[in-house]
Amino acid sequence: MRSSTFTRRLVALGVGLAVVVAACGGDSGGTTSPGGTSSPGAGASTGPVDGGGPVTMLSSQFGPIEEQEKMRNDVLANFDGEVEFVAFAEAAQFQDRLQAELQAGSGDISVLGALHGDFVPLVEDGILTDLSDLAGELSELGISEDYLDLGKLGTDQQLYIPWVQATYIMVARNEALQYLPDGADVNDLTWEQLTEWGANITEATGERRLGFPAGEDGLLHRLFQGHLYPAYTGAVNTTFANAQAVEMWTWMHDTWQYVNPQSTTYGFMQEPLQAGEVWVAWDHVARLIEALRANPNEYTAFPVPEGPEGRAFMPVLAGLSIPTWAPNPEGARELIRYLLQPDVQAATLSAVAFFPVLTGELPGDLEPGIAAEQQAVAAQLGADNALPALLPIGLGDQGGAYNQVFKDAFQQIVIQNQDPATVLDTQATALQGVLDTAGAACWFPDPESDGTCQVVR
Amino acid sequence: MRRLGWAPYALLLPSLAFLALFFATPMVQAFALAFQDRDGAFSLASIERMVGDSNFRDAVTTTLALVVVILPLQFFLAISMALVVNARLKGQAMWLYVFALPLGISELAAGIVWVSVFTQSGYLNTILQGLGLIDSRIIWQSAETPWLILITIVIAEAWRATSIIMIILVAGLQSIPPEFLEAADVYGATTWQKIRRVVLPMLRPSLQVALILRAILAFQVFATVVALGGTGVTVLSEEAVRWANDIDNDHVAAAYAGLILVLSIGATALFLILLPTREEQYG
Repeated sequence: MRSSTFTRRLVALGVGLAVVVAACGGDSGGTTSPGGTSSPGAGASTGPVDGGGPVTMLSSQFGPIEEQEKMRNDVLANFDGEVEFVAFAEAAQFQDRLQAELQAGSGDISVLGALHGDFVPLVEDGILTDLSDLAGELSELGISEDYLDLGKLGTDQQLYIPWVQATYIMVARNEALQYLPDGADVNDLTWEQLTEWGANITEATGERRLGFPAGEDGLLHRLFQGHLYPAYTGAVNTTFANAQAVEMWTWMHDTWQYVNPQSTTYGFMQEPLQAGEVWVAWDHVARLIEALRANPNEYTAFPVPEGPEGRAFMPVLAGLSIPTWAPNPEGARELIRYLLQPDVQAATLSAVAFFPVLTGELPGDLEPGIAAEQQAVAAQLGADNALPALLPIGLGDQGGAYNQVFKDAFQQIVIQNQDPATVLDTQATALQGVLDTAGAACWFPDPESDGTCQVVR
Repeated sequence: MRRLGWAPYALLLPSLAFLALFFATPMVQAFALAFQDRDGAFSLASIERMVGDSNFRDAVTTTLALVVVILPLQFFLAISMALVVNARLKGQAMWLYVFALPLGISELAAGIVWVSVFTQSGYLNTILQGLGLIDSRIIWQSAETPWLILITIVIAEAWRATSIIMIILVAGLQSIPPEFLEAADVYGATTWQKIRRVVLPMLRPSLQVALILRAILAFQVFATVVALGGTGVTVLSEEAVRWANDIDNDHVAAAYAGLILVLSIGATALFLILLPTREEQYG
């Protein structure tokens, strides 16, 4: 049964992303420099925040220290009030802080910035304030209707206001393009063709130049959860150890011989791309942008390849909510209004490469690097066989353990050359343990489950 | 002599209280955490989970290998450096400062500096290629050749943490009465004989302290391994951090921390037995 709320939300997420990304394309050939945009918030109709003291914003996004700095200096600096921006490099620390305040029923957080999947388990806790009036007030800004719908989290209240969005794409150095397999279109690749491409590059240059972020800070687990598993098996959890999964892992293992072996130290792929250690890379848009921004003419951004079940990718939607215990709810509303202003959304895009949720055109031109990413994202969303796969939902504090299952499988199959079927059999038990502990139901593209999601053995 | 009474004990109290509050208590709590399940009941599940974890064996072997390789190497280097500093060469102070320089650099910063040396497009490959010694760039930090990663970590650690040993040894050297060496000169001892028969025995207490300190630090090695090894190699402290931060399971993290503690205590005991100082020998 896929005619579930998840599916509807998901389709909404995919369509919304397409509309929004297409809209913010605007005149993308422009030459505006990052500093060329007008100062964010200058045109915002927000009034001063009086009396409530600083607004503490806890964010599950923008945890890396340089992103925190950009949020403070480039995005939040013009807010008419004092903002305390709190973000952590590790998801677990975000959860700890949130749970501590949640259990105490009080604390400092006035605004909660988090992913759609982070909000889902909070609905039951009943700690998200209804922001329907604020949503109505902000409707003139043109926030994607589909996203507003997602922000209701299946209730009739607006529990979060959509904030920013992102996804994962591929980027290649232009010198790699000449080695594309015969007849292959870079905007319409299969995963098998990527292997062939890597093989061609290795043969011609003597070096392994595909790259994946498999280091400590890397997001490699998302490659499996949101891309390879859905593309090869049509789902993630239920199909974790089936024959198609074995086929996918065998592909990964065989492709690794063309992947730079230093990938196990890579966190953000923009760095090895810029250093020339890697020519073709997959990563989060925000972790590729510095390469594109520094030398937009040297790189090509393109959609993720497709597998037998479709072109699977992972849309990321973040929203803003106000917890019931917020010490400064008025300041929180002001901050949400501010963050949704078109020029602030543009500043956010420019600072941390997360795309706006507004359907209208943004003020100013997109800088070329951002424009290149935006075109790849739009092509990915617009693909006939696009298969948007959701970030995990309902895992709570088991999120890290869930990711670890995929990291362990990778380590054992690809690095240690163990038999995929055997490894998956063991890891399936671990995965089921995580799902059981969290009591998580299946999320799209897994078929909806009655109760806890079950790995099919 | 006047009896001191309770005064010395009273003077010890503040530091005892400090140690009890900030070291002993968390240590006991961490140990307890390792033997509890999520509801606080006694359980060996976390220990079993640690031992059964696919990274456990790698973490133990890598940590022990690093200790076994790094310690002798660092002591050889530190003794040589301490002798150079103590040789009253011209610019003695300068040598001390140069050798002590890495002490002022954080472990992670040192790791990052060494990454820029060993990364595929880093300084080392660039220099080797420039000199025509290699045709294609060597990948030092590949998970497929973990022993190469270990070599880079050993080099980085030797550079970073040898100076702390050297400082302790320099202090030890300077406390050796010059009469002893003069006496050795009178009897016509060679430099090597003086080092072996006079300096090293007199250095024994300093060596013991330095060994214990350095071994404990080696069991805790973390940032250089993370920076240079990525997910290619792992050590005990890295696993503890991974379980605490990424996987959010404090119990298994505490089990790893406890294991590091047990190993450190074991190593300390071993050095106390192997290198008894004079008082302990005769007292």
